[in-house]
Amino acid sequence: MPLLKLESVSRDFDVSRPWLNRVLEREPRRILRAVDGVSFEVSKGETLALVGESGCGKSTVARMIAGLYAPTEGRIEFGGRRLQMIFQDPYASLNPRWRVSKIIGEPMILLEQKKPVAEFLRQVGLSPDDAERYPHEFSGGQRQRISIARALAGEPELLICDEPTSALDVSVQAQILNLMADLQERLGLTYLFISHNLAVVSLIADRVGVMYFGRIVELAPAAALFTRPRHPYTRMLLDALPDLGMTGKPRTPVAGEVPNPLAPPSGCAFHPRCPYANERCRVEIPRFSGGVACHAVEEGRI
Amino acid sequence: MMLEVEGLTVQFPTRRGILTAVDSISFSIAPGEVLGVVGESGAGKSMTGLAVIGLLEPPGRISAGEVRLEGERIDHLKHEEMRRIRGRKIGVIFQDPLTSLNPLYTIGQQLEETILTHLPMTKGEARQRALSLLREVGIPAPEARYGNYPHHFSGGMRQRVVIALALAAEPRLLIADEPTTALDVSIQAQIIALLKRLAGERRAAVMLITHDMGVIAETAQRVAVMYAGRIVEIGPVRDVIHSPRHPYTAGLMGSIPRVSSEQKQLVQIEGAMPRLNAIPPGCAFNPRCPRRFARCLAERPELLAAGASRAACWLHAAP
Repeated sequence: MPLLKLESVSRDFDVSRPWLNRVLEREPRRILRAVDGVSFEVSKGETLALVGESGCGKSTVARMIAGLYAPTEGRIEFGGRRLQMIFQDPYASLNPRWRVSKIIGEPMILLEQKKPVAEFLRQVGLSPDDAERYPHEFSGGQRQRISIARALAGEPELLICDEPTSALDVSVQAQILNLMADLQERLGLTYLFISHNLAVVSLIADRVGVMYFGRIVELAPAAALFTRPRHPYTRMLLDALPDLGMTGKPRTPVAGEVPNPLAPPSGCAFHPRCPYANERCRVEIPRFSGGVACHAVEEGRI
Repeated sequence: MMLEVEGLTVQFPTRRGILTAVDSISFSIAPGEVLGVVGESGAGKSMTGLAVIGLLEPPGRISAGEVRLEGERIDHLKHEEMRRIRGRKIGVIFQDPLTSLNPLYTIGQQLEETILTHLPMTKGEARQRALSLLREVGIPAPEARYGNYPHHFSGGMRQRVVIALALAAEPRLLIADEPTTALDVSIQAQIIALLKRLAGERRAAVMLITHDMGVIAETAQRVAVMYAGRIVEIGPVRDVIHSPRHPYTAGLMGSIPRVSSEQKQLVQIEGAMPRLNAIPPGCAFNPRCPRRFARCLAERPELLAAGASRAACWLHAAP
């Protein structure tokens, strides 16, 4: 029994112009499908990462699981009792008027047995004396530690982390990623990790789902995905990574841009940028089967 | 040398005393060369860029040092003179393309205006030049997009327009401050390839400021690593990445996650960069340094020769 299960979950947003404009200019209602038929499972104790570029729908998936948006279609089943979320911006996600003790104490309101705040501060590498300070007295990395302590205080089974290190400097990012790995090992946490950074994901994830244009195009164990990517989009993302080893291999820029979500391409959404696209890709949306949604892979062309 | 910076110091007078954001740094960039400037937030890298182009926000000011462009001092020029040099001789690309573009004018108008301000051209010639610039930065069908406003473009395309604007008057020096940070990986690679090609073809000097070592590895020939307002290491990119000489650079390189390695734990530099008002005596990195010894606490190291690079670290002092 997985801890979390999504079954063809979709989410639409109404981005129509105001009613009067629509009537006067005879415009139809405009619906943007941000997430389209996403299914996956997360087992207890594992880390599933969703990666993709901006606008691919990964954060919308996270917000639906957290209950911040309702899915338009599909089912989300959560087998645990509590989940918590860690957000990208450690400056916006902590109430500036609250002391750290109150911030971390807040999620404990729902619990019968309350643990001391100092314990959570220690767990994330802060000092118990920090409880009486305000968020502005901390650096970005320390604030993210406070966010993690707050999330842990709710005693969640599942932690949804939406780009938790994207706003941090690389040395601070390393501290937070090491902390998260350490906490998972000690407390048996389950992570759903949302990120655009493939290198970060390769470090922390057990399994990885690659999203493009609202759909999961490939879902595989991390080791397999990074050594043998199958979907042409995953291959392109990996090729586009900066080469720190300086092997002299030129990085292959991904051609073209993410299409306009209000005018989605027919067939496979990736076909305008895909070097393997043929007539079938232009008309038929590929089904997700065997870990990948691609006609070329299915037909054995690549 | 196209750009020479010597002993540049930027200070901010505040009620609680003077803060030194950039502390006596020196470097130079040759024509056709890309110098990467890397460091974490607050290290002073953007401040260095702003000081070079004369765009420091008061009360920040250059309190010592010289900036020379093609051998001529530009750090003490008047506002108007500096304005003419920016755009004509110095092109600037910032992180957020929207702040560099005027939302009320079409991109064609903005390019034409820049060209006419700096180059002796007729309106027709300026239009032709604007179109060829747009083509050069990889905007498809430039004639069709000429009359579009900035909001009609995607992030990657906008950054291309900004690059076209920065190049409009054939600048000798290009300052790019985090030009790819706001962009997706796939678009990032396109912009980097573009910057690299333009620097090579036009023999401009490029100062590429970024926190992303990957971008530097691919684009720059030399790199300067900044920490707490100073350059702690400078040298050829390959040497700095593969055999970092300063413990900070070594820690920084180890803390970068990479797809291709078997690492499960990142190297961690404990603590955080000191605030400007609390820079420790001696070497600014000493409280976090795993290899510190007595001298590091007492004396501030200058850049010392270390292999092909130079590093501000007492480990490299002659015994």
